[in-house]
Amino acid sequence: MNENEGMLSIDGLNCPLPINLSSFITLAHGGGGKLTHQLIEKLFRPAFNNSELETQHDGAVFDIPSERLAFTTDSYVVRPLIFPGGNIGSLAVNGTVNDLAMCGARPLYLTAAFILEEGLPMEILWTIVQSMKTAADHAGVKIITGDTKVVDKGKGDGIFINTSGVGVIEHSLKIHPKSIQPGDVVLISGDIGRHGIAIMAAREGLGFQNQIESDCAAVSNLVQSLFDADIEIHCMRDLTRGGLATALIEMAQTSRVSINITELEIPVREDVKGACEILGLDPLYVANEGRFVVLVKAEDAARTLELLQKDELGNQARIIGTVKEVPQETVILKTKVGTSRMLDMLSGEQLPRIC
Amino acid sequence: MKYVDEYRNSREADLFANAIRQSTTQSWTLMEICGGQTHSIAKYSLQDLLPKEISLLHGPGCPVCVTPISLIDKAVHIAAQPDVIFCSFGDMLRVPGSREDLLTVKSKGGDLRIVYSPMDALKIAQDNPQKEVVFFAIGFETTAPANAMAIYKAKLDDIKNISFLVSQVIVPPAIRTILDSPENRVQGFLAAGHVCTVMGYREYEPISKDYRIPIVVTGFEPLDILQGIYLCVKQLEEGRAEVENQYSRSVLKEGNLSAQKIIQEVFQIVPRQWRGIGEIAQSGLGLREAYARFDAENKFSCEIHSQERSSECISGLILQGIKKPNECQAFGKSCTPEFPLGATMVSTEGACAAYYRYQSVQS
Repeated sequence: MNENEGMLSIDGLNCPLPINLSSFITLAHGGGGKLTHQLIEKLFRPAFNNSELETQHDGAVFDIPSERLAFTTDSYVVRPLIFPGGNIGSLAVNGTVNDLAMCGARPLYLTAAFILEEGLPMEILWTIVQSMKTAADHAGVKIITGDTKVVDKGKGDGIFINTSGVGVIEHSLKIHPKSIQPGDVVLISGDIGRHGIAIMAAREGLGFQNQIESDCAAVSNLVQSLFDADIEIHCMRDLTRGGLATALIEMAQTSRVSINITELEIPVREDVKGACEILGLDPLYVANEGRFVVLVKAEDAARTLELLQKDELGNQARIIGTVKEVPQETVILKTKVGTSRMLDMLSGEQLPRIC
Repeated sequence: MKYVDEYRNSREADLFANAIRQSTTQSWTLMEICGGQTHSIAKYSLQDLLPKEISLLHGPGCPVCVTPISLIDKAVHIAAQPDVIFCSFGDMLRVPGSREDLLTVKSKGGDLRIVYSPMDALKIAQDNPQKEVVFFAIGFETTAPANAMAIYKAKLDDIKNISFLVSQVIVPPAIRTILDSPENRVQGFLAAGHVCTVMGYREYEPISKDYRIPIVVTGFEPLDILQGIYLCVKQLEEGRAEVENQYSRSVLKEGNLSAQKIIQEVFQIVPRQWRGIGEIAQSGLGLREAYARFDAENKFSCEIHSQERSSECISGLILQGIKKPNECQAFGKSCTPEFPLGATMVSTEGACAAYYRYQSVQS
């Protein structure tokens, strides 16, 4: 199958590509002239459509309803650009929204900067931009300013996206690894490993019997439900590259505590488990794009679990462990056979093993 | 997950651990042959479930670890050639050669592709007729049938732009080398379940008889390994020395005859260098004359003088069960997975990497 076929059947992408746009990105689309103007006016502005963009200014001017802000940025490179469960556009919105949510902020505004490779089919760009809009609407954020550059054919990987985001902090909690206390309870918002396996299967054409879809999603609404219920959150971390293990190790090291988790409690879907077994990968280190861990005061743990599980995105949430004082800066896993070992960061990417 | 979770059950693990404890009256030193077993022992901290009298040594069955440095250097040389697509299993990429590894070649612009099956390399060759495709065919008897099938198919379909850099090794001669060493400490073996799935276990009977040593064909899940240890200890305590099959859900005495047939068709027994150990007679598989044109060493001739980078590294002694990883002065200091001095620190199945990554916490 041609890699571009079928891409317009992705959820929420029923809008046709605007006419009067060329079929492929050319260097002129980044030249600042008529074609750049046309790309902005016919593709980006109608897709993202909001009052801040309508000012057609060099940047966005806006009011912020809080004194405490969170501000973050992230760049997105992924191959293939479109994968089961999402594409680089939804990833670029959800990733930055999730980073804001992990700071304890309610995400409000995003920027979007695109580096396009000459020859990129316009339909793919349209697909990606449309799903950015869908993801932004779902997360309740607006994309209010942006930029486009075009690089020579062969100098990019189709499309790179950078998004930055601003959110407001509307509570007095200090959400940071240093707020983690011995006794805190560790919860995970859902099953792990789906994004990494979905990407690997799509990239390498592994052809598993059941298609595994990425977990790519914005978790900001789910996090907001915890704030609304006055849960005493001490720290949160979204599980991206490096997976659950790396996120926990980073937190344990910064907070100088011991995080103790139980392997049996960590939800991993059967198809993801199977793929990991075949490839020799450890799901604890496989990437996610719509999962987070939250460390809360012990008294609030049961209520947190209930709130997470009430939401479709969190219905697989579990309590997976607790925080202890010693041994400092460690993550200890109780294995399925009842023994315990320390989790360590990986040296690099996990590589599929020989046999 | 069916056929996996049953073998990672803590209640059953306790039952086996108790049975081992009750059977053990003196110290015994066992060796698991396969790197997959080493990985499982470290990942599940199985040593913590065993009585202190049982000592586990880690054998030479990590294909990445025993591939000789000269072959890694050849791979690096070939992969760096223009118009070559070099295909390899993933965990070979970080293995240090004399000067660099395959990942470095990739970062310098070499066309290096991770494949999941040797048949993928055939497809790449067919899709890129203007390129020379080379597949790094390494491993034990486990990978031999699939690699042989790819070579057989390349000849059948007359694919001219593919060749194979072969470093296949076989287990039984390595067991004999370990047992012949004056420093040998091994009193019982857990044989590699997947090797025996292909080859069966008849060929282990003369070894068990000649050296009066128990050999238990063992699987890879925690319960497989605990049961394998139990059977091995029981033989030792009862003064028996036999070949037993713990992994009967996968292994037949005669093995997989179709797999053996394709190995026979393509490969012949040759002497082979083992990294850290040296040459072992009759311990490798090389291409038969009829397949010589698919030998990458013929297609890309090169003179390379290979030399291990570090004199500190004791991976050879570790692979023979003479030393343990934490007995090496460089372990965790000058040798880490980020900067490995030897191959046993590279592969996830290497004993040093397994020790480094999975530190147990005695409860």
